[in-house]
This record gives sequence, C-alpha cells and structure tokens, in this order.
Amino acid sequence: MSKLIATRAIRGAHKLVSRAEKEFSDALKKHGPDKKVEFPNTGYYLPISHGMLGMNINTVGGLQPLLDKAKSLLHPIPDENKWVPYLGHTLDCGMAALFADEIIESLKYLQDPLPYTVMENCPEDGNFWLGAADDVIMRKRGIEFVDGTAPGFAACVGACPSTEVAVKIARELQEKNLYVFMSASNNGKSMADQLREAGVQMGWETRLVPFGSDVTSTIHALGFATRAALSFGGVKPGDYARNLKYNKMRIFAFVLAFGEVDDEKHAQAAGAINYGFPAISETDIGQILPTGVCTYEHVVSPVKPEEMIQKAVEVRGLKIQVHKIPIPVSYGAAFEGERIRGEDTWVEMGGNKTPAFEFVTSKSINEVTDNKIEVIGPEITDVPAGTQLPIGIVAEVAGRKMQEDFEPVLERRLHNFINEAQGVFHMGQRDQNWIRISKESKEKGFKIAHIGTIIHAQFHTEFGAIVDKVQVKIYTKQEDVLKWREIAKKAYNKRDERVGSMTDESTDTFYSCLLCQSFAPTHVCVVSPERTGLCGSYNWFTCKASYEINPRGPNQPVPKGDTVDALKGQWKGCNEFILQSSRKAISAMSAYSIMSEPMTSCGCFECIAAVLPLANGVMTVSREFAGMTPCGMKFSTLAGTVGGGQQIPGFVGHSKRYVVSKKFLLAEGGIKRLVWMPKALKDDLRVLFEARAKAEGVPNLLDLIADETIATTEEEVVAHLQKVNHPALTLPPLM
Amino acid sequence: MSPTAEKTNENSVCEATIEMLKYSAESNYDTAFQRAQKVKPCPIGEVGACCKHCAMGPCRFNPKKPDEIKGVCGADINTVAARNFCRMIAAGTAAHCEHSRHVSHTFLSAARGDVPGYKIQDVPKLLKVAAEFGIVGGDPATYGGDTKDKPFNKVAEELGQKAIGEFGTEKGLYMIKRAPQKRQEIWKETGVTPRGIDREIVEMMSRTHMGDDADYKNLMLQGSRCSLVDGWGGSMIATELQDIMFGTPVPVRSKVNLGVLKNDQVNIIVHGHNPLMAEMVAVAARDPELVNLAKQKGAKGINIAGMCCSGNEILLRHGIPLAGNFLQQELAIATGAVEAMVVDVQCIMPALGRLVECFHTKLITTSPTVKIQGATHIEFNEHDALNIAKTIVRTAVENYPKRGKTNIPNKTTDLIAGFSHETINYMLGGSFRASYRPLNDNIINGRIRGVVGVVGCNNPRVKHDDVHINLVKELIGNDILVVQTGCSAIACAKEGLLIPEAATMAGKGLREVCEAVGMPPVLHCGACVDNSRILVACTEMVREGGLGNDISDLPVAGCAPEWMSEKAIAIGQYFVTSGALVVFGVTWPTTGSPTLTKYLFEEYEKIYKGKWAFESRGAGQMAAMIIDHINKKREALGIQKAQERKLYDMEARRALEV
Repeated sequence: MSKLIATRAIRGAHKLVSRAEKEFSDALKKHGPDKKVEFPNTGYYLPISHGMLGMNINTVGGLQPLLDKAKSLLHPIPDENKWVPYLGHTLDCGMAALFADEIIESLKYLQDPLPYTVMENCPEDGNFWLGAADDVIMRKRGIEFVDGTAPGFAACVGACPSTEVAVKIARELQEKNLYVFMSASNNGKSMADQLREAGVQMGWETRLVPFGSDVTSTIHALGFATRAALSFGGVKPGDYARNLKYNKMRIFAFVLAFGEVDDEKHAQAAGAINYGFPAISETDIGQILPTGVCTYEHVVSPVKPEEMIQKAVEVRGLKIQVHKIPIPVSYGAAFEGERIRGEDTWVEMGGNKTPAFEFVTSKSINEVTDNKIEVIGPEITDVPAGTQLPIGIVAEVAGRKMQEDFEPVLERRLHNFINEAQGVFHMGQRDQNWIRISKESKEKGFKIAHIGTIIHAQFHTEFGAIVDKVQVKIYTKQEDVLKWREIAKKAYNKRDERVGSMTDESTDTFYSCLLCQSFAPTHVCVVSPERTGLCGSYNWFTCKASYEINPRGPNQPVPKGDTVDALKGQWKGCNEFILQSSRKAISAMSAYSIMSEPMTSCGCFECIAAVLPLANGVMTVSREFAGMTPCGMKFSTLAGTVGGGQQIPGFVGHSKRYVVSKKFLLAEGGIKRLVWMPKALKDDLRVLFEARAKAEGVPNLLDLIADETIATTEEEVVAHLQKVNHPALTLPPLM
Repeated sequence: MSPTAEKTNENSVCEATIEMLKYSAESNYDTAFQRAQKVKPCPIGEVGACCKHCAMGPCRFNPKKPDEIKGVCGADINTVAARNFCRMIAAGTAAHCEHSRHVSHTFLSAARGDVPGYKIQDVPKLLKVAAEFGIVGGDPATYGGDTKDKPFNKVAEELGQKAIGEFGTEKGLYMIKRAPQKRQEIWKETGVTPRGIDREIVEMMSRTHMGDDADYKNLMLQGSRCSLVDGWGGSMIATELQDIMFGTPVPVRSKVNLGVLKNDQVNIIVHGHNPLMAEMVAVAARDPELVNLAKQKGAKGINIAGMCCSGNEILLRHGIPLAGNFLQQELAIATGAVEAMVVDVQCIMPALGRLVECFHTKLITTSPTVKIQGATHIEFNEHDALNIAKTIVRTAVENYPKRGKTNIPNKTTDLIAGFSHETINYMLGGSFRASYRPLNDNIINGRIRGVVGVVGCNNPRVKHDDVHINLVKELIGNDILVVQTGCSAIACAKEGLLIPEAATMAGKGLREVCEAVGMPPVLHCGACVDNSRILVACTEMVREGGLGNDISDLPVAGCAPEWMSEKAIAIGQYFVTSGALVVFGVTWPTTGSPTLTKYLFEEYEKIYKGKWAFESRGAGQMAAMIIDHINKKREALGIQKAQERKLYDMEARRALEV
C-alpha cells in the first residue's frame, strides 16, 4: 500500500520537475535571465527555496539552482520486487515537487494577464484566486497560528463531491477556527469554485482562502507555513531541519484530498509530509499508518467526506476546544471577517445611525441570575427587514474574584464574541458600536437575544476563573438606551481617568508575558502601565486579569523591587525575574531605553524601532508597512534580525501605543528622538501623538518627522531633519 | 567418522552447503564439518578451567569440584577462568584494532595523496567525524568542496594523525564521547573509561600473566576497559575511516550463496576482513586489459565474489555478490570453479592451504601477518595497491585455463544490504527530515517491540545457519527489528530475510513499519567491525528521545547464536559494558567457574546495567529470553501498555521542543 503511494508520488514529482524545467526554459527564452521574479510584497523571496535552502531568488536566471536541486532530489520509482527503501526517496521527491511548484508558480507572476487577484479578500465578481499571500497578510494571520487563535489549516485539494458538501466542510472547518486553503481541481473544478457557486464569501478574512486551480498552487499553503516559521519561529533561512520541525510541532495543518488523487497530488502530499502535515483522502489511495515523520499517521484513506475533518483532526493530533454556543448559526473566528451588505441586512443597530452602547459592569453575586437574557423592547422578529433599531447591551457579571478593573478587559472582548457569529457583524466599542444581523441569519432563527446567549457563553468559557454568573439585558427602545447610555458613559470616563492616571511609578508590580516563549524561548515581555506588550494586545490591566484567571499562565506578577535606574527604567526585581524567565540568557533590561539593555523582541511586535546614527535619532516601522525603511531593511528583514528573543542595542520591538507613552525611549530623550515613521502609522496615532508632542513642547513634532513620502534613506532623513530643524538634532549624541 | 551423504542434512540448513557437503563427502574433501566431528572440544578448556600461563602447569581444574583444586601457584578456578576470558577479550580486541590501525595508516597516506587508488570520498562524513575529533575547519555547511579555511584533504590528514594517535595515547579516546552522557558517567564511576587502544590491550595481557592480577572482579574490570577500546575505539575508527575512504554504504541489491560463482567466468573470491585489499581487487577486476585477457583465456569476464566480512564490506559499498559465510570457505573451493581465493586477515582456515592442492584454485595470502602453507603469497602494499591488485587478478585470470571439473550449486538468494547509521537516518525521513524519530515513535507506540543485533560467526558445533535463521524469524515474528553484521547477516540473507518482501514474515506492527519505509525487517549493517554502527544506532535512539537516557534503558539486545571467535567475545563484552543484554549460544567459556559465570550473568546488571547470558537449547528459547528482556525494558519505560492518542491543544503544543 505504502509502496503504491510512494510510486505515485515519485512519478508525480518527476512530472512536475519536467514541467518546471520546460516552463523555466521557456521563460528564460522569453524574458532573459535578469527578469525579476517574485511573489508580491514579501521579504522572503520564494519562501520554500529561501526557507529550506537559504536561496534568495529574485530573477528568472536565479531559478536555475533551484531546478538543479529539485532534479538532484529525484529518485527512480520503487522496483516491482526487492525494492530498496522508498520512504526517504518519496519524501525527497516530495520536496523536489515543492521546488518545482515554486518555480512554476513564481513564473505565473510574469504572465499577462496575471492568473491571480492580488488582494487580501476575494472580489465579489471575477477571478477569486488569490495566489501567494503577501507579508502583511502572513504576519497578521500567521500570528494566529502562534497564539492559538487558529489551531492550524486544512489544505483542501481538488473538488468536493458536491457543492453542498463543499459548503458543509468549509463551515465545519471555519467553526473549528481552522484556515481553509484551497487549490487544485478535479475535471476543471475545485472546492473554491463550489463555494463561489454557493455564494460563500472567500478571502483571508473568512479564513476560506482560494490559492489557485493549478495543483502547483498548493505551494502557497506550504509557503505560508515556511514563512510562519521564519517570521515567528526565529528560524534562519536555510535551516530546513528546524523549519520543518517547527511546522510539525506548531502549525497543525493537514491535507484533505477530494476526488481522484493523481500523481502530482500524491507528490504534493509527499512534500507536505516533510512538514509533518498528513493527508486524508476521500478516495482509496492506500494508507501509511506508522508514525514518525508526522506526529501520527501519514496517509489515511478512504474516508467519507462527512468524516474527513474529524479524522484529520485526530490524525494530526489536534485538540480543538470548541464550546458549542446554543445559537442557530455557525460560530467561530472565521466568521469575524464576514461582510454584511446593507441590502442583506435585516436589522441594523448603532453605527451612528441609532443610539447604541455596550457595557460590562460587575454586581454582587445575589444581584445576578446566571443566564438570564432579556430583550427589553422589540425583537428581530417584531420588525420588518431593513429596520434600524437602537441598542444597549448591558452585561452584568458577578464572581468572587471579579474586580472593577476587569470590566474593560471583558468589555473589550465583546467585539470578537459578537462578531464571530455567522451573519452577525459588529464593529467599534463602548458607545461607538455598530451591529448588523443578516437576513440569512434571521431566517435561520437568530434573534437579538442570542447576542446575550453569546456573551453569557463566552464569558464563562474565557473568564470562568473570575466570572461565576452572567446576565445580559439588551435594550432596544430609544428611551431605555439613552438612559442607560448615560450611566455607561459615566463609567467609561471613570475608567479612562483611572487608566490615564496609572503610571509605572504608581504600582509595585508589573506583569510578565511569556506567551511568545513558544517561539522565542529567551523573550520576556514586561508589561507596565506605561508600556504595553510588544504585540499591542496586552496592557497592564489585561495581564493582571489574565493572571487572576490563570495564576499559572503566561502572565505573572513581576515585583519591581529597588530601582536600579529610573531614567532607563531598570529595577532589581524585574532583572531577577527576567534572568530566571529567560533561562539565564538575559540578565538586565531597561524598559525605557533602546541603547542600553533594551527589552528583548519576540516576533509579533507591532513596530520595530531602530537607531539611525547619522540622524542622531530613532525610526520606527509598523508591520503593515512593506516598503524600504531608512535603516536599509524592510520590516520583514528587521523582524528576522531583531526577533527571536534577542537583546540587541539599537533595536527594540514595541507596540504602536507605546510611541505615545511618556516612557517611550525616556533614556534617549523620548518622543523627540523619533525622526522617521510610516505615514500610515502617523495617521493612526495622530490625535494621541499630538497631545504628547504638545506636552513635550513641540506641538508640530509629528509634521517634523519624516515618512516614506519624504525619505527612504538615512541621508534623506538627515537632509529633512536639517531642513525642518527637527529637535533630535539638538539632543545629546546617541552613540 | 566422516559424514555420509545422508547425514549432511544435519550439518546445515543452507541448501547449497548441504549439496556441497554431499559432494565433498563423496569426493573425500576434508571440511570443518568433518573435522568438528573428529575433534571433540577439550572439556577442560571449553569451560575455561585450564591454565597454561606458566610452566609450573598447565593446571587443569575439575569443573565439577571448582573449590577443591588450586593451581600450583594457588590460583583458583575463578582467577583462571577470568584470565582466560580476559585473554579472549584482548585477542578479539587486538584483531579489530590491528585492522583499524592498518586502515588509519592508509587513511593518512590517502589524505596526503601518497597512496594512489585511495582517496577521500565522503567529505560530509569526513567533516562530521573530524569535528568529533576536535579538528577545526571542518565546517559541514561547505561540504562537497573545500572548507573555507582548510582544504578537506588537510582536514583528513589531521583526522588520520589523530586516529593513529588513538592507539598510542594514554589520554582517552575521542569516540568515547559519542556514548550517551549517562553511559560515560557509569564508565567513569566504575573506572573502565579507556585511556588508549594499545594501552588497554597490553595491560590486559600483562595482568593475566603468571603472578599478576588474581581477583576475578578486578580482572574483569580491565576486560571491560579493554573491550571498550574495540567497540568505541578500533572498530569505530575502522568503520568511520573506511566509510570516508570508500563511501558510506547506501541500500544496494545483490545476491548471495555459492551460486554467484559463474561457470563461464574467472571467479575470484575475496575472503577475510579488511576492505583495503578487497576494494582494490574489485577495481582491478574491471581493468579492461585484464578483462580482455580473461576473454583471451576463454572466459566471458571476471567475477568477484565476497566471503565473510571482506565480502560484507564490498557488498555494502558496491553490491558485489557474496559467495557465502565462514563455514562455506572450503566449499567454495570445492566447487572447482574458483581461480583464486584472495585472503587477508581473520577467519581464514589454515585448511584452505591443503584443500587447494586438490584443485587448480590458488589461495593467495596478501597480509604479511597471515601466511598459510600451500598458499601463494602476494604481499599487499597500499602504496602500490592497484598494481598489486592487478597482479592478483592476473594470477587468477591466467589460472582459468587450468580449471577442471566444476560443481557450482545452483543456489542464490536476493538481498538488500547497506544499512549504515546514515542510511537508517535517511531512509526514515529523507534528506530534509532525516532522523531516528520514526523508529523511536514506533517503538514507543509498540509497532516495533524492540531492536536486536543478531551477529557473529558460524560454528560447526551447531547446525550451520540454523540458529541464526530461526532466531531471527522468531524475533521479527514478534515485531522485533533485527540488525545484523558478519556471517549471521549472510546466513539470513541466504534464507531470503534481507529483502523487503520478508516483511510478510514479520508481526503486524513491524510489517506496517517495513511497508511504510520500504525496508526489510532484517537490516544488514556490515562487517563484524561494523558492530560499531549498532553502538552508534543505539546512541542515536537514546539521543532522539523518549526511550530513556542510556543504552541500558532501550528495549534492545545483542546476540551471537553461532559464535566461535575471540572477536565475538570482545564484541559481546563491549556491548555488555555499554549497557546491553548479550546472549551467546553454542558454548560458554567460563562455566568452569560458577562464581565468575554468576558475576557475568547476574551481578553485571548492577554494575553496567547490561549482562551476559547463555542459551544453547535452541533459537526458540533464545528468542523467548530476549523477548522477555525487551518486554521488561518496555515495562520500565512505561511503554508496554498502549498509550492513548494524545491530542495537542495550544498549551501542549507550546510545551513541545522546536
């Protein structure tokens, strides 16, 4: 049985490599060796050859060594009798197939018209095949694989037996928070075609990602996985062993093969097995059950379509905790990205069209009846399609360990919780919220009261350690909403004052975040009131709440202890904690300095700051920015250089929010050191930045700072600084 | 009493051997099979109860009353049996280490370009081994060409020098550091970490001299230390340097048994142990001039076939067929179809010198250390290797017209060989995922119960090949993966156990793994010097994780069911000292001293966590003993009962090492 699979995979690899050879030689003739080849907007070249072999291919001619490598990995198909061991040969041929895929796919970007739509989400009409994901998507989505938001992905190859099955499988995978990567076809049809037929919204936002109809486009799934290891795993290019092991241990992906599995698809599966990704086939292609390269079985077949996901999850060794919420629509992170157009909306609430708010408040335990959900005012069933209603959501929670400080932490999650229901759209927070419920969901029986059901269920799931009881009141009558909104607003203001007045000096305890140690083992985030975690999603309050929820979790209290250096932000207790938690790799850390023992950087920082010596200042670049920066490195390259838990003076990862903190680079002169940042980041932070700048006595500082429209080299930055007389020029020398 | 044609069935299970034994008996050719019946084992010597270390004796002890008699010097049976056993260890170790010394010198010359015909072939392995010897500049990332700072032949030269240094050193051996940390600590604690190859052999001989060490435990300590310089010293150096010079074995398909001799070709058998000569003869046999000469002489070509471990060496590296194992050396000549049997060292029966008188066959000795009456001596010298090899081949070719009546048994079996440590690593994961993980995982999940090395010689005191084959069949039937070297591998090859189709004879779990990998259930790892590969494999299993932290934790064992040579004792001793159970068949050389025997069979377990065992009742009992041992090891590891499939949530995934 295994021999049959080996034979077909090896034969498929031979076919793919000869196809790659032909397409390469055609491209060479047509374009010449110096023609650029690249996947859109990536710092990882062609990711498989870059990750596995350390090759930096960016021209047609540069594909030659990759082709040579692919050929060198080909082996003859196993003999009929007295064969020599074929597993190693098969796996090598699988890698050869991936290298061939990458050659073929990279050359597609030279075609006119381009066979792919280079976007994050599929356009509603026309070509929905997306091809390779760029680095912005990869970073945004890849991090979900690291933090567990997405447990893995299913590479779906070919077409399901029917459109209904395709939709069912897509929904089930979405409900399990898995990404669905679709490629290849059977008789000209692929799973993505089927989803399109059924009108299912596809794209990265809904986690239903169509790569391409060609079998070779499967490479984009593995390219994504390879880049995730490079980007978040701190794996060095060319370190194939670690890259593949990282994928086996961290990225819980698998292949679902539908319909006939031809030689080329066998070869893709052999390639995927190198990553520890097993294949589950609908049709009978034989099995490879013994474990070792993958965590458990390698190939399992035949499996009925309705059992494939369950089987795949078991074979990959994946534990998915999905708490079924009693609502009549699907639920999961994959539905967060759904769009609901105006004409598809049954009822719309908030969004500056009607008064609205959402509010979490704590009560004493006898004031709350658990799971009491009330809709006070009209339900969805009481109003015609297209109605706009006011809405006020009041979630009252009680628990022995509940604290007032946790209210905003819980409240901040309402957005995700509500948005993750299929056919329910949510945006904003507090009194700026906006909700739409689709006609389709209403038809399925979804009611406004179900928003309460979701809140109740998710608070218990995610905050079970601090929350014992949850009741939800949803007001949909204008006068109630207005009355309650005033009460909520008072609470918002009180909270803001409290958060605003929190300083690093006002507490004895900071919190650690060791979440990222899974990929950066020496990295220790120390989160203080005035310095949020590098990723931007953990502030001091969230860490505190998280510690209460899980006292043995990744967020631990860090006693500050005696001050070593107030300006640099160094404390004895902090240093001791870091020494222990970094496995003795890091002995001291300055929270407010980029030059002297800066904080280590993981891989999921929102921004990286880097010293520009000629400019006597500091630049910072956020992960969305794909262009070149004045330090000579793009974000991706910087991330690769600085990340992985290293402490490198002159570089530091940080959150966006930290830029406008009083403690931002305090040791080096604070915000006045900033000489360059991307325009988008400027716009993002403008209001808060200007307030900070005013307090520093340079109200127009933001306009003095260069961005990519002004300078992309350090020399250009310096010229700009001199032109506008930037305050950094008058600060003491950095170096 | 010479065996009659009817009784030869009791001497062997190998059909070609049976056929040739009948033929030999009819033709009155003398073979080891017949001599074994004429010469009974000396009952005193057999149990280690005879001391002839001085002229006051020899003193013989009565094994039935071990405590009653003392030697003239007052030595008791424990001292005497231990001395005898230790001298076997020393002799066996010396044999491997002389082989290794020879290889090391040739290696150094090859690195310097002084020996045309020998060169550095496996550069990645050179750099890997060089790094273990602390040679800087061996950067494996730049393999295939010269390293950045140092051309690779310079690296090889330094490695050659350091390898030669291992023999004379008193400061310890580099390869010892390959062993699992815990094992090295056990050696340190017991005081058996070796200081140098020659040092330990010389000290062993010295301590067994009259009037020296008389404490059997103290003698055995040096026995252990001496054996380690074989396994982790001489043998390991030989294996590694041979791989670097001649290529690391990869799986090859070939044939085995006397039927590989060809009626219409010049047949040359290379027999012995060291590939230095065998490799060159194989090259010379392809020389167009000599092939033409063979054709002029009326032959269709020149056919090289191997025998014993020389045969294993060139089988693994070039797929050259094997004519047979130790007890078939005389039978090969008796076919009348062999123009020359070229021999070097070890396991060459002196009987060959007389036997060739009956045939046109030339017995060609090549080593200055091994000369045999009746043989033609063409001394081999690495510095003129190819020319000498050509002379040897030419001698054979010119002998072809003198060939008389031939009787080649029409028996061959297919086999797959070439399972070096590197091959095992590769075949379990390809170039990118090469590791022992699948082996360990499938041991842990119980598809594979354990791994047993079945190795060693033939011995006419038991039915030829019978114990090897039946033991191996029993083991694989119980899901035990078998690794083999030496004449034992040849025995099983003849039975067809070394082809992947043999997986049908394996238990369900082992069969599944064999089918997934495409491997046979019995892996041929090389010559007897390559038992070092099994040490490396065990170490790798420990390093890969999940099976304890020492060789003694692994569900493994070693076995030499038809042993006869002192090398077998040395090998067994180094496996025991490395933490393995080692089971021997046929006979046991210390039974004259129940005290010493108990020490080796029982008390050793407390000292080394490995021990000797003896089982002569047959393959079934031997297999039962081994399976029981493996089950106990599995029990201790907590893997004997099937584990629930673990499903990983994010937290569990974070705990996984990347």
